[in-house]
Amino acid sequence: MKDITWNENGHPGEAGQPEEETTEIEGWDDDKRPAEEGTKEEGQPEDANLPVVSIKGLRKSFKDHEVLKGVDLHVNKGENLVVLGKSGSGKSVLIKCLVRLEWPDEGELKVFGKDISTLSYDELNEMRLRTGFLFQNAALYDSMTVRENLAFPLKQHKKKVAAEKKEELIMEMLDNVGLADVIDQMPSKLSGGQSKRIGLARTLILRPELMLYDEPTTGLDTGTAKEISELMIKTKNKYNISSITITHDMACARMTADRIIMLKEGVIVAEGSYEELEKSDDEWIKSFFS
Amino acid sequence: MPSSLNPYQKAKITVTQKRSDLKTFFYGTGDMVAFAGRFFREVWRPPFEWREVLYQCYLVGYKSTFLIGLTGFIMGLVLTIQTRPSMAAFGAISMIPGMISVSVVREIGPVITAIICCGKVGSRMGAELGSMKVTEQIDAMEVSAINPYKYLVVTRTLATTLMIPLLAIFADVIALIGGYVAMNIHDATTFRHFFAVAMAHLEFIDVFPAIVKTFFFGFVVGIIGCYKGYHARRGTESVGVAANAAVVTGSLAVFVIDLLAAQITDLIT
Repeated sequence: MKDITWNENGHPGEAGQPEEETTEIEGWDDDKRPAEEGTKEEGQPEDANLPVVSIKGLRKSFKDHEVLKGVDLHVNKGENLVVLGKSGSGKSVLIKCLVRLEWPDEGELKVFGKDISTLSYDELNEMRLRTGFLFQNAALYDSMTVRENLAFPLKQHKKKVAAEKKEELIMEMLDNVGLADVIDQMPSKLSGGQSKRIGLARTLILRPELMLYDEPTTGLDTGTAKEISELMIKTKNKYNISSITITHDMACARMTADRIIMLKEGVIVAEGSYEELEKSDDEWIKSFFS
Repeated sequence: MPSSLNPYQKAKITVTQKRSDLKTFFYGTGDMVAFAGRFFREVWRPPFEWREVLYQCYLVGYKSTFLIGLTGFIMGLVLTIQTRPSMAAFGAISMIPGMISVSVVREIGPVITAIICCGKVGSRMGAELGSMKVTEQIDAMEVSAINPYKYLVVTRTLATTLMIPLLAIFADVIALIGGYVAMNIHDATTFRHFFAVAMAHLEFIDVFPAIVKTFFFGFVVGIIGCYKGYHARRGTESVGVAANAAVVTGSLAVFVIDLLAAQITDLIT
Protein backbone atom coordinates (compact mmCIF):
# COMPACT_ATOMS: atom_id res chain seq x y z
CA MET A 1 0.00 0.00 0.00
CA LYS A 2 1.24 3.50 -0.77
CA ASP A 3 1.55 6.10 1.99
CA ILE A 4 -0.99 8.86 2.45
CA THR A 5 -0.11 12.26 3.89
CA TRP A 6 -2.32 13.51 6.71
CA ASN A 7 -3.21 16.91 8.00
CA GLU A 8 -3.73 17.49 11.68
CA ASN A 9 -7.41 16.54 11.58
CA GLY A 10 -6.56 13.17 10.19
CA HIS A 11 -7.67 14.19 6.71
CA PRO A 12 -5.47 13.55 3.72
CA GLY A 13 -3.26 16.47 2.74
CA GLU A 14 -4.49 18.66 -0.08
CA ALA A 15 -1.02 19.20 -1.49
CA GLY A 16 1.57 16.59 -2.17
CA GLN A 17 -1.01 13.91 -2.78
CA PRO A 18 0.70 11.35 -4.99
CA GLU A 19 -0.90 11.03 -8.38
CA GLU A 20 -1.45 7.33 -8.93
CA GLU A 21 -1.92 5.70 -12.26
CA THR A 22 -5.18 4.01 -13.03
CA THR A 23 -5.70 1.43 -15.71
CA GLU A 24 -7.41 2.77 -18.80
CA ILE A 25 -9.59 0.05 -20.20
CA GLU A 26 -10.61 -0.24 -23.83
CA GLY A 27 -14.27 -0.98 -24.22
CA TRP A 28 -14.99 0.36 -20.76
CA ASP A 29 -17.60 2.71 -22.15
CA ASP A 30 -19.77 -0.16 -23.27
CA ASP A 31 -21.82 0.30 -20.12
CA LYS A 32 -24.68 2.73 -19.82
CA ARG A 33 -22.82 5.13 -17.61
CA PRO A 34 -23.85 8.70 -18.37
CA ALA A 35 -21.48 11.03 -20.09
CA GLU A 36 -18.70 12.78 -18.21
CA GLU A 37 -19.54 15.72 -16.03
CA GLY A 38 -20.18 18.94 -17.82
CA THR A 39 -21.83 17.20 -20.72
CA LYS A 40 -25.54 16.49 -20.84
CA GLU A 41 -27.07 13.16 -21.52
CA GLU A 42 -30.07 13.26 -23.81
CA GLY A 43 -33.11 14.34 -21.85
CA GLN A 44 -31.34 13.95 -18.53
CA PRO A 45 -29.21 16.92 -17.63
CA GLU A 46 -26.81 16.28 -14.80
CA ASP A 47 -25.66 19.37 -12.95
CA ALA A 48 -22.21 19.08 -11.38
CA ASN A 49 -23.37 21.33 -8.53
CA LEU A 50 -26.26 19.08 -7.61
CA PRO A 51 -25.70 16.90 -4.56
CA VAL A 52 -24.83 13.30 -5.42
CA VAL A 53 -27.34 12.12 -2.85
CA SER A 54 -30.34 14.05 -1.62
CA ILE A 55 -32.84 12.64 0.86
CA LYS A 56 -35.97 14.44 2.01
CA GLY A 57 -38.43 13.20 4.61
CA LEU A 58 -37.32 9.55 4.54
CA ARG A 59 -39.51 7.31 6.66
CA LYS A 60 -39.21 3.56 7.04
CA SER A 61 -41.01 1.16 9.37
CA PHE A 62 -40.74 -2.55 10.01
CA LYS A 63 -44.20 -3.67 11.12
CA ASP A 64 -45.04 -1.35 14.02
CA HIS A 65 -41.50 -0.17 14.61
CA GLU A 66 -40.66 3.09 12.86
CA VAL A 67 -36.91 3.04 12.19
CA LEU A 68 -36.47 6.25 10.23
CA LYS A 69 -38.68 9.19 11.12
CA GLY A 70 -38.25 11.80 8.41
CA VAL A 71 -34.55 11.96 7.62
CA ASP A 72 -33.22 14.81 5.45
CA LEU A 73 -29.64 14.80 4.20
CA HIS A 74 -27.46 15.45 1.20
CA VAL A 75 -23.99 14.45 0.06
CA ASN A 76 -21.97 16.73 -2.18
CA LYS A 77 -19.61 15.57 -4.89
CA GLY A 78 -16.33 14.29 -3.47
CA GLU A 79 -17.59 14.49 0.10
CA ASN A 80 -17.58 11.73 2.70
CA LEU A 81 -20.58 11.97 4.96
CA VAL A 82 -20.34 9.89 8.12
CA VAL A 83 -23.57 8.79 9.76
CA LEU A 84 -23.07 8.13 13.46
CA GLY A 85 -25.54 6.50 15.75
CA LYS A 86 -26.07 3.65 18.12
CA SER A 87 -27.08 0.16 17.01
CA GLY A 88 -30.68 -0.02 15.86
CA SER A 89 -30.90 3.69 15.07
CA GLY A 90 -31.61 3.00 11.39
CA LYS A 91 -28.20 3.83 9.92
CA SER A 92 -27.89 0.72 7.73
CA VAL A 93 -31.53 0.94 6.65
CA LEU A 94 -30.81 4.47 5.47
CA ILE A 95 -28.15 3.42 2.95
CA LYS A 96 -30.05 0.26 1.98
CA CYS A 97 -32.94 2.51 0.95
CA LEU A 98 -30.55 4.38 -1.34
CA VAL A 99 -29.87 1.28 -3.46
CA ARG A 100 -33.42 -0.01 -3.04
CA LEU A 101 -32.44 -3.04 -0.98
CA GLU A 102 -35.15 -1.65 1.28
CA TRP A 103 -38.20 0.26 0.09
CA PRO A 104 -38.81 3.55 1.86
CA ASP A 105 -42.35 4.09 3.14
CA GLU A 106 -42.22 7.81 2.47
CA GLY A 107 -39.83 10.47 1.28
CA GLU A 108 -37.84 11.57 -1.73
CA LEU A 109 -34.51 9.88 -2.41
CA LYS A 110 -32.42 11.23 -5.24
CA VAL A 111 -29.15 9.65 -6.30
CA PHE A 112 -27.22 11.39 -9.10
CA GLY A 113 -30.26 13.66 -9.43
CA LYS A 114 -32.70 10.84 -10.14
CA ASP A 115 -35.57 9.90 -7.86
CA ILE A 116 -34.88 6.24 -7.18
CA SER A 117 -38.50 5.37 -6.42
CA THR A 118 -39.46 6.12 -10.03
CA LEU A 119 -36.64 4.16 -11.67
CA SER A 120 -37.38 1.07 -13.72
CA TYR A 121 -35.36 -2.08 -12.96
CA ASP A 122 -32.90 -1.33 -15.77
CA GLU A 123 -32.53 2.31 -14.72
CA LEU A 124 -32.04 1.20 -11.13
CA ASN A 125 -29.26 -1.13 -12.27
CA GLU A 126 -27.61 1.74 -14.17
CA MET A 127 -27.66 3.73 -10.94
CA ARG A 128 -26.35 0.75 -8.96
CA LEU A 129 -23.44 0.42 -11.38
CA ARG A 130 -22.38 3.94 -10.40
CA THR A 131 -22.76 3.10 -6.71
CA GLY A 132 -20.54 0.82 -4.65
CA PHE A 133 -21.68 -0.85 -1.45
CA LEU A 134 -19.30 -2.32 1.08
CA PHE A 135 -21.23 -4.62 3.39
CA GLN A 136 -20.51 -4.99 7.07
CA ASN A 137 -19.15 -8.54 6.61
CA ALA A 138 -17.77 -7.81 3.10
CA ALA A 139 -20.25 -10.34 1.56
CA LEU A 140 -17.62 -12.06 -0.57
CA TYR A 141 -18.99 -14.92 -2.68
CA ASP A 142 -17.69 -17.83 -0.68
CA SER A 143 -17.85 -20.36 -3.52
CA MET A 144 -15.42 -18.24 -5.58
CA THR A 145 -11.74 -17.43 -5.16
CA VAL A 146 -10.62 -13.85 -4.62
CA ARG A 147 -9.82 -13.57 -8.34
CA GLU A 148 -13.28 -14.87 -9.29
CA ASN A 149 -14.91 -12.52 -6.79
CA LEU A 150 -13.28 -9.56 -8.54
CA ALA A 151 -13.80 -10.96 -12.02
CA PHE A 152 -17.51 -11.66 -11.45
CA PRO A 153 -18.83 -8.06 -11.78
CA LEU A 154 -16.52 -7.51 -14.76
CA LYS A 155 -17.77 -10.68 -16.42
CA GLN A 156 -21.35 -9.50 -15.95
CA HIS A 157 -20.97 -5.88 -16.98
CA LYS A 158 -17.82 -5.51 -19.07
CA LYS A 159 -18.21 -8.24 -21.61
CA LYS A 160 -16.36 -6.31 -24.32
CA VAL A 161 -13.26 -5.77 -22.22
CA ALA A 162 -10.45 -8.16 -23.18
CA ALA A 163 -9.49 -10.88 -20.71
CA GLU A 164 -5.94 -9.49 -20.27
CA LYS A 165 -7.31 -6.06 -19.47
CA LYS A 166 -9.68 -7.57 -16.92
CA GLU A 167 -6.77 -9.37 -15.33
CA GLU A 168 -4.80 -6.12 -15.30
CA LEU A 169 -7.67 -4.36 -13.59
CA ILE A 170 -8.04 -7.12 -11.00
CA MET A 171 -4.35 -6.83 -10.20
CA GLU A 172 -4.61 -3.03 -9.96
CA MET A 173 -7.49 -3.30 -7.50
CA LEU A 174 -5.70 -5.93 -5.43
CA ASP A 175 -2.56 -3.76 -5.42
CA ASN A 176 -4.68 -0.84 -4.24
CA VAL A 177 -5.75 -2.81 -1.19
CA GLY A 178 -2.32 -4.43 -0.76
CA LEU A 179 -3.52 -8.00 -1.17
CA ALA A 180 -2.23 -9.15 -4.54
CA ASP A 181 -0.77 -12.27 -2.91
CA VAL A 182 -4.15 -13.73 -1.88
CA ILE A 183 -5.56 -13.72 -5.41
CA ASP A 184 -6.11 -17.48 -5.57
CA GLN A 185 -7.36 -17.96 -2.02
CA MET A 186 -10.91 -18.73 -1.00
CA PRO A 187 -12.69 -16.11 1.15
CA SER A 188 -12.87 -18.60 4.05
CA LYS A 189 -9.06 -18.42 4.31
CA LEU A 190 -9.04 -14.63 4.72
CA SER A 191 -9.05 -12.68 7.96
CA GLY A 192 -11.78 -10.14 8.71
CA GLY A 193 -9.60 -7.22 7.64
CA GLN A 194 -8.50 -8.97 4.45
CA SER A 195 -12.12 -9.79 3.58
CA LYS A 196 -13.08 -6.14 4.01
CA ARG A 197 -10.24 -5.04 1.75
CA ILE A 198 -11.13 -7.60 -0.92
CA GLY A 199 -14.77 -6.50 -0.61
CA LEU A 200 -13.64 -2.93 -1.21
CA ALA A 201 -11.53 -3.99 -4.21
CA ARG A 202 -14.48 -5.88 -5.68
CA THR A 203 -16.71 -2.85 -5.25
CA LEU A 204 -14.17 -0.44 -6.73
CA ILE A 205 -13.54 -2.58 -9.79
CA LEU A 206 -16.64 -1.12 -11.44
CA ARG A 207 -15.35 2.41 -10.73
CA PRO A 208 -18.29 3.70 -8.69
CA GLU A 209 -18.85 7.40 -8.25
CA LEU A 210 -20.58 6.94 -4.90
CA MET A 211 -19.52 4.53 -2.16
CA LEU A 212 -21.75 3.36 0.66
CA TYR A 213 -19.82 1.86 3.56
CA ASP A 214 -21.84 -0.14 6.05
CA GLU A 215 -19.82 -0.23 9.27
CA PRO A 216 -16.50 -0.78 7.50
CA THR A 217 -14.41 -1.17 10.64
CA THR A 218 -16.77 -3.12 12.87
CA GLY A 219 -15.28 -6.29 14.31
CA LEU A 220 -11.71 -5.36 13.42
CA ASP A 221 -8.79 -4.67 15.73
CA THR A 222 -7.61 -1.07 16.04
CA GLY A 223 -4.70 -1.47 13.62
CA THR A 224 -6.74 -3.16 10.91
CA ALA A 225 -9.59 -0.67 11.39
CA LYS A 226 -7.09 2.16 10.83
CA GLU A 227 -5.84 0.45 7.66
CA ILE A 228 -9.39 0.23 6.34
CA SER A 229 -10.01 3.90 7.14
CA GLU A 230 -6.79 4.82 5.32
CA LEU A 231 -7.89 2.76 2.34
CA MET A 232 -11.23 4.58 2.28
CA ILE A 233 -9.44 7.92 2.12
CA LYS A 234 -7.00 6.67 -0.46
CA THR A 235 -9.74 5.41 -2.76
CA LYS A 236 -11.75 8.59 -2.28
CA ASN A 237 -8.81 10.70 -3.38
CA LYS A 238 -7.65 8.44 -6.15
CA TYR A 239 -11.02 7.97 -7.82
CA ASN A 240 -12.75 11.17 -6.59
CA ILE A 241 -15.55 9.17 -4.98
CA SER A 242 -18.34 10.63 -2.87
CA SER A 243 -19.32 8.42 0.03
CA ILE A 244 -21.60 7.76 2.96
CA THR A 245 -20.07 5.87 5.85
CA ILE A 246 -22.23 4.22 8.47
CA THR A 247 -20.25 3.66 11.64
CA HIS A 248 -20.04 3.95 15.37
CA ASP A 249 -16.25 3.77 15.30
CA MET A 250 -15.12 7.25 16.30
CA ALA A 251 -11.55 6.73 15.06
CA CYS A 252 -12.89 5.89 11.61
CA ALA A 253 -15.23 8.89 11.74
CA ARG A 254 -12.42 11.24 12.78
CA MET A 255 -10.14 10.02 9.99
CA THR A 256 -12.58 9.86 7.13
CA ALA A 257 -15.40 12.34 7.74
CA ASP A 258 -15.79 15.60 5.88
CA ARG A 259 -19.10 16.05 7.66
CA ILE A 260 -20.91 14.02 10.29
CA ILE A 261 -24.59 13.60 11.01
CA MET A 262 -25.81 11.90 14.15
CA LEU A 263 -28.86 9.70 14.05
CA LYS A 264 -30.84 9.04 17.21
CA GLU A 265 -33.92 6.82 17.08
CA GLY A 266 -34.46 7.54 13.40
CA VAL A 267 -34.03 11.31 13.62
CA ILE A 268 -31.00 13.46 12.79
CA VAL A 269 -30.08 15.25 16.00
CA ALA A 270 -26.79 16.88 15.06
CA GLU A 271 -24.69 17.77 12.06
CA GLY A 272 -21.23 19.22 11.66
CA SER A 273 -17.55 18.47 11.44
CA TYR A 274 -15.86 16.12 13.90
CA GLU A 275 -14.34 19.06 15.77
CA GLU A 276 -17.66 20.91 16.02
CA LEU A 277 -19.53 17.90 17.33
CA GLU A 278 -16.73 17.06 19.75
CA LYS A 279 -17.35 20.39 21.46
CA SER A 280 -21.08 19.82 21.83
CA ASP A 281 -22.67 20.15 25.28
CA ASP A 282 -25.34 17.55 24.55
CA GLU A 283 -24.86 14.53 26.81
CA TRP A 284 -25.90 12.03 24.16
CA ILE A 285 -23.46 13.47 21.61
CA LYS A 286 -20.70 13.70 24.20
CA SER A 287 -21.13 10.00 24.95
CA PHE A 288 -19.73 9.19 21.49
CA PHE A 289 -16.63 11.34 21.92
CA SER A 290 -15.72 10.36 25.46
CA MET B 1 -53.22 -20.43 26.61
CA PRO B 2 -54.20 -19.25 30.14
CA SER B 3 -56.14 -21.88 32.11
CA SER B 4 -58.51 -19.22 33.52
CA LEU B 5 -60.26 -18.88 30.17
CA ASN B 6 -63.64 -20.50 29.63
CA PRO B 7 -64.07 -23.08 26.82
CA TYR B 8 -65.69 -20.49 24.53
CA GLN B 9 -62.75 -18.11 24.88
CA LYS B 10 -60.27 -20.97 24.33
CA ALA B 11 -62.12 -22.08 21.21
CA LYS B 12 -62.14 -18.51 19.93
CA ILE B 13 -58.39 -18.16 20.42
CA THR B 14 -57.76 -21.52 18.71
CA VAL B 15 -59.95 -20.58 15.74
CA THR B 16 -58.18 -17.22 15.43
CA GLN B 17 -54.78 -18.92 15.50
CA LYS B 18 -55.82 -21.51 12.92
CA ARG B 19 -57.22 -18.78 10.71
CA SER B 20 -53.94 -16.91 10.97
CA ASP B 21 -51.98 -20.11 10.16
CA LEU B 22 -54.19 -20.73 7.16
CA LYS B 23 -53.70 -17.15 5.99
CA THR B 24 -49.91 -17.55 6.34
CA PHE B 25 -50.07 -20.83 4.41
CA PHE B 26 -51.98 -19.24 1.53
CA TYR B 27 -49.71 -16.18 1.50
CA GLY B 28 -46.67 -18.50 1.46
CA THR B 29 -48.11 -20.63 -1.33
CA GLY B 30 -49.01 -17.56 -3.38
CA ASP B 31 -45.54 -16.14 -2.88
CA MET B 32 -43.97 -19.42 -3.97
CA VAL B 33 -46.16 -19.56 -7.09
CA ALA B 34 -45.16 -15.98 -7.95
CA PHE B 35 -41.50 -16.94 -7.38
CA ALA B 36 -41.91 -19.93 -9.72
CA GLY B 37 -43.75 -17.77 -12.26
CA ARG B 38 -40.80 -15.37 -12.34
CA PHE B 39 -38.66 -18.29 -13.58
CA PHE B 40 -40.62 -18.43 -16.84
CA ARG B 41 -40.08 -14.70 -17.40
CA GLU B 42 -36.39 -14.68 -16.54
CA VAL B 43 -35.38 -17.87 -18.33
CA TRP B 44 -35.83 -16.30 -21.78
CA ARG B 45 -34.07 -13.04 -21.00
CA PRO B 46 -30.40 -12.59 -21.86
CA PRO B 47 -27.70 -12.78 -20.62
CA PHE B 48 -27.79 -16.58 -20.47
CA GLU B 49 -25.60 -18.09 -17.81
CA TRP B 50 -24.72 -21.27 -19.72
CA ARG B 51 -21.50 -21.89 -17.86
CA GLU B 52 -23.29 -21.77 -14.50
CA VAL B 53 -26.11 -23.99 -15.84
CA LEU B 54 -23.52 -26.56 -16.97
CA TYR B 55 -21.76 -26.43 -13.61
CA GLN B 56 -25.07 -26.93 -11.80
CA CYS B 57 -25.92 -29.83 -14.17
CA TYR B 58 -22.58 -31.36 -13.19
CA LEU B 59 -23.41 -30.95 -9.49
CA VAL B 60 -26.99 -32.20 -9.79
CA GLY B 61 -26.45 -34.90 -12.41
CA TYR B 62 -22.96 -36.29 -12.34
CA LYS B 63 -22.46 -35.91 -8.59
CA SER B 64 -25.70 -37.82 -7.90
CA THR B 65 -25.13 -40.76 -10.24
CA PHE B 66 -23.52 -43.06 -7.67
CA LEU B 67 -26.22 -42.46 -5.06
CA ILE B 68 -29.04 -42.81 -7.58
CA GLY B 69 -27.43 -45.88 -9.13
CA LEU B 70 -26.93 -47.61 -5.79
CA THR B 71 -30.48 -46.79 -4.69
CA GLY B 72 -31.87 -47.99 -8.01
CA PHE B 73 -29.94 -51.25 -7.78
CA ILE B 74 -31.16 -51.91 -4.22
CA MET B 75 -34.70 -50.94 -5.27
CA GLY B 76 -34.65 -53.54 -8.07
CA LEU B 77 -33.19 -56.19 -5.77
CA VAL B 78 -35.69 -55.64 -2.97
CA LEU B 79 -38.70 -55.42 -5.27
CA THR B 80 -37.82 -58.71 -6.93
CA ILE B 81 -36.95 -60.51 -3.69
CA GLN B 82 -40.16 -59.39 -1.99
CA THR B 83 -42.56 -60.08 -4.86
CA ARG B 84 -41.08 -63.44 -5.87
CA PRO B 85 -42.88 -65.55 -3.20
CA SER B 86 -46.31 -64.15 -4.14
CA MET B 87 -45.62 -64.54 -7.84
CA ALA B 88 -44.33 -68.06 -7.27
CA ALA B 89 -47.54 -68.95 -5.39
CA PHE B 90 -49.52 -68.04 -8.51
CA GLY B 91 -47.04 -69.76 -10.81
CA ALA B 92 -46.24 -66.41 -12.39
CA ILE B 93 -42.48 -66.25 -11.95
CA SER B 94 -42.07 -65.57 -15.66
CA MET B 95 -44.08 -62.38 -15.13
CA ILE B 96 -41.57 -60.94 -12.65
CA PRO B 97 -39.45 -59.04 -15.22
CA GLY B 98 -42.57 -57.41 -16.66
CA MET B 99 -43.90 -56.54 -13.21
CA ILE B 100 -40.54 -55.06 -12.21
CA SER B 101 -40.18 -53.02 -15.38
CA VAL B 102 -43.70 -51.56 -15.26
CA SER B 103 -43.57 -50.69 -11.55
CA VAL B 104 -40.05 -49.28 -11.76
CA VAL B 105 -40.55 -47.24 -14.93
CA ARG B 106 -44.04 -45.96 -14.10
CA GLU B 107 -43.65 -45.16 -10.45
CA ILE B 108 -40.74 -46.25 -8.31
CA GLY B 109 -37.86 -44.99 -10.45
CA PRO B 110 -39.10 -41.42 -10.99
CA VAL B 111 -40.43 -40.94 -7.46
CA ILE B 112 -37.43 -42.39 -5.63
CA THR B 113 -35.06 -40.39 -7.84
CA ALA B 114 -36.98 -37.18 -7.16
CA ILE B 115 -37.09 -37.83 -3.43
CA ILE B 116 -33.36 -38.57 -3.26
CA CYS B 117 -32.60 -35.46 -5.31
CA CYS B 118 -34.86 -33.47 -3.05
CA GLY B 119 -32.82 -34.62 -0.05
CA LYS B 120 -29.45 -34.23 -1.72
CA VAL B 121 -29.86 -31.35 -4.16
CA GLY B 122 -32.86 -29.44 -2.80
CA SER B 123 -31.39 -29.26 0.69
CA ARG B 124 -28.03 -28.14 -0.71
CA MET B 125 -29.71 -25.38 -2.68
CA GLY B 126 -31.77 -24.31 0.33
CA ALA B 127 -28.69 -24.20 2.56
CA GLU B 128 -26.45 -22.58 -0.05
CA LEU B 129 -28.85 -19.80 -0.97
CA GLY B 130 -29.91 -19.42 2.66
CA SER B 131 -26.31 -18.94 3.68
CA MET B 132 -25.82 -16.46 0.82
CA LYS B 133 -28.88 -14.55 1.99
CA VAL B 134 -27.73 -14.48 5.62
CA THR B 135 -24.23 -13.30 4.71
CA GLU B 136 -25.67 -10.64 2.35
CA GLN B 137 -24.09 -12.22 -0.76
CA ILE B 138 -27.45 -12.06 -2.56
CA ASP B 139 -27.74 -8.39 -1.61
CA ALA B 140 -24.18 -7.87 -2.86
CA MET B 141 -25.19 -9.26 -6.25
CA GLU B 142 -28.26 -7.06 -6.27
CA VAL B 143 -26.32 -3.86 -5.58
CA SER B 144 -23.74 -4.81 -8.22
CA ALA B 145 -26.60 -4.70 -10.74
CA ILE B 146 -26.45 -8.48 -11.17
CA ASN B 147 -29.80 -10.22 -11.19
CA PRO B 148 -29.44 -12.81 -8.40
CA TYR B 149 -32.65 -14.58 -9.39
CA LYS B 150 -31.32 -15.16 -12.85
CA TYR B 151 -27.84 -16.15 -11.77
CA LEU B 152 -28.79 -18.33 -8.82
CA VAL B 153 -32.37 -19.52 -9.23
CA VAL B 154 -32.80 -19.90 -12.99
CA THR B 155 -29.53 -21.79 -13.41
CA ARG B 156 -30.19 -24.19 -10.54
CA THR B 157 -33.80 -24.85 -11.48
CA LEU B 158 -32.86 -25.45 -15.12
CA ALA B 159 -30.23 -27.91 -13.97
CA THR B 160 -32.64 -29.93 -11.81
CA THR B 161 -35.33 -29.82 -14.53
CA LEU B 162 -32.91 -31.25 -17.09
CA MET B 163 -30.97 -33.65 -14.89
CA ILE B 164 -33.65 -35.36 -12.79
CA PRO B 165 -35.32 -36.95 -15.86
CA LEU B 166 -31.92 -38.31 -16.94
CA LEU B 167 -31.23 -39.58 -13.44
CA ALA B 168 -34.68 -41.23 -13.34
CA ILE B 169 -33.97 -43.07 -16.62
CA PHE B 170 -30.59 -44.10 -15.22
CA ALA B 171 -32.27 -45.32 -12.00
CA ASP B 172 -34.80 -47.33 -14.05
CA VAL B 173 -32.05 -49.12 -15.96
CA ILE B 174 -30.00 -49.87 -12.85
CA ALA B 175 -33.14 -51.08 -11.00
CA LEU B 176 -33.80 -53.54 -13.82
CA ILE B 177 -30.24 -54.80 -13.48
CA GLY B 178 -30.87 -55.17 -9.75
CA GLY B 179 -34.04 -57.11 -10.56
CA TYR B 180 -32.09 -59.38 -12.89
CA VAL B 181 -29.49 -60.08 -10.18
CA ALA B 182 -32.20 -60.88 -7.59
CA MET B 183 -34.02 -63.09 -10.07
CA ASN B 184 -30.86 -65.14 -10.48
CA ILE B 185 -30.67 -65.92 -6.78
CA HIS B 186 -33.42 -68.53 -7.15
CA ASP B 187 -34.07 -68.85 -10.85
CA ALA B 188 -31.63 -69.08 -13.72
CA THR B 189 -32.37 -66.57 -16.45
CA THR B 190 -30.17 -64.88 -19.01
CA PHE B 191 -29.68 -61.15 -19.05
CA ARG B 192 -31.00 -60.95 -22.60
CA HIS B 193 -34.14 -62.93 -21.77
CA PHE B 194 -34.85 -60.92 -18.63
CA PHE B 195 -34.59 -57.61 -20.53
CA ALA B 196 -36.57 -58.90 -23.50
CA VAL B 197 -39.48 -59.88 -21.22
CA ALA B 198 -39.18 -56.67 -19.21
CA MET B 199 -39.27 -54.48 -22.33
CA ALA B 200 -42.09 -56.49 -23.88
CA HIS B 201 -44.37 -55.46 -21.03
CA LEU B 202 -43.62 -51.76 -21.36
CA GLU B 203 -45.95 -49.65 -23.46
CA PHE B 204 -45.81 -46.02 -24.58
CA ILE B 205 -48.31 -45.05 -21.89
CA ASP B 206 -46.00 -46.51 -19.23
CA VAL B 207 -42.92 -44.66 -20.38
CA PHE B 208 -44.05 -41.29 -21.74
CA PRO B 209 -46.06 -39.93 -18.78
CA ALA B 210 -43.36 -41.22 -16.41
CA ILE B 211 -40.70 -39.22 -18.24
CA VAL B 212 -42.89 -36.13 -18.52
CA LYS B 213 -43.60 -36.09 -14.78
CA THR B 214 -39.87 -36.23 -13.97
CA PHE B 215 -39.44 -32.81 -15.61
CA PHE B 216 -42.06 -31.46 -13.21
CA PHE B 217 -40.33 -33.23 -10.31
CA GLY B 218 -37.05 -31.62 -11.34
CA PHE B 219 -38.64 -28.21 -11.60
CA VAL B 220 -40.28 -28.32 -8.16
CA VAL B 221 -37.18 -29.73 -6.45
CA GLY B 222 -35.10 -26.87 -7.86
CA ILE B 223 -37.55 -24.03 -7.44
CA ILE B 224 -38.59 -25.00 -3.91
CA GLY B 225 -34.96 -25.47 -2.81
CA CYS B 226 -34.11 -22.05 -4.20
CA TYR B 227 -37.26 -20.40 -2.83
CA LYS B 228 -36.60 -21.61 0.70
CA GLY B 229 -32.99 -20.45 0.57
CA TYR B 230 -33.76 -17.15 -1.16
CA HIS B 231 -36.32 -16.28 1.50
CA ALA B 232 -34.25 -17.35 4.49
CA ARG B 233 -34.43 -14.90 7.35
CA ARG B 234 -31.39 -13.32 8.92
CA GLY B 235 -29.44 -15.51 11.34
CA THR B 236 -27.57 -18.78 11.00
CA GLU B 237 -30.48 -20.84 12.35
CA SER B 238 -32.51 -19.91 9.29
CA VAL B 239 -30.00 -21.70 7.01
CA GLY B 240 -30.88 -25.02 8.67
CA VAL B 241 -34.56 -24.14 8.58
CA ALA B 242 -34.31 -23.33 4.85
CA ALA B 243 -32.56 -26.63 4.06
CA ASN B 244 -35.09 -28.58 6.10
CA ALA B 245 -38.08 -26.77 4.59
CA ALA B 246 -36.67 -27.36 1.09
CA VAL B 247 -36.68 -31.12 1.68
CA VAL B 248 -40.07 -31.31 3.40
CA THR B 249 -41.92 -29.03 0.98
CA GLY B 250 -40.12 -30.44 -2.05
CA SER B 251 -40.94 -34.06 -1.13
CA LEU B 252 -44.55 -33.15 -0.52
CA ALA B 253 -44.74 -31.37 -3.88
CA VAL B 254 -43.25 -34.43 -5.61
CA PHE B 255 -46.00 -36.65 -4.17
CA VAL B 256 -48.73 -34.17 -5.09
CA ILE B 257 -47.44 -34.00 -8.68
CA ASP B 258 -47.22 -37.79 -8.75
CA LEU B 259 -50.86 -38.04 -7.68
CA LEU B 260 -51.93 -35.54 -10.34
CA ALA B 261 -49.85 -37.34 -12.97
CA ALA B 262 -51.46 -40.68 -12.02
CA GLN B 263 -54.94 -39.15 -12.32
CA ILE B 264 -54.17 -37.51 -15.67
CA THR B 265 -52.62 -40.72 -17.06
CA ASP B 266 -55.65 -42.64 -15.86
CA LEU B 267 -57.98 -40.20 -17.64
CA ILE B 268 -56.00 -40.46 -20.88
CA THR B 269 -55.94 -44.26 -20.94
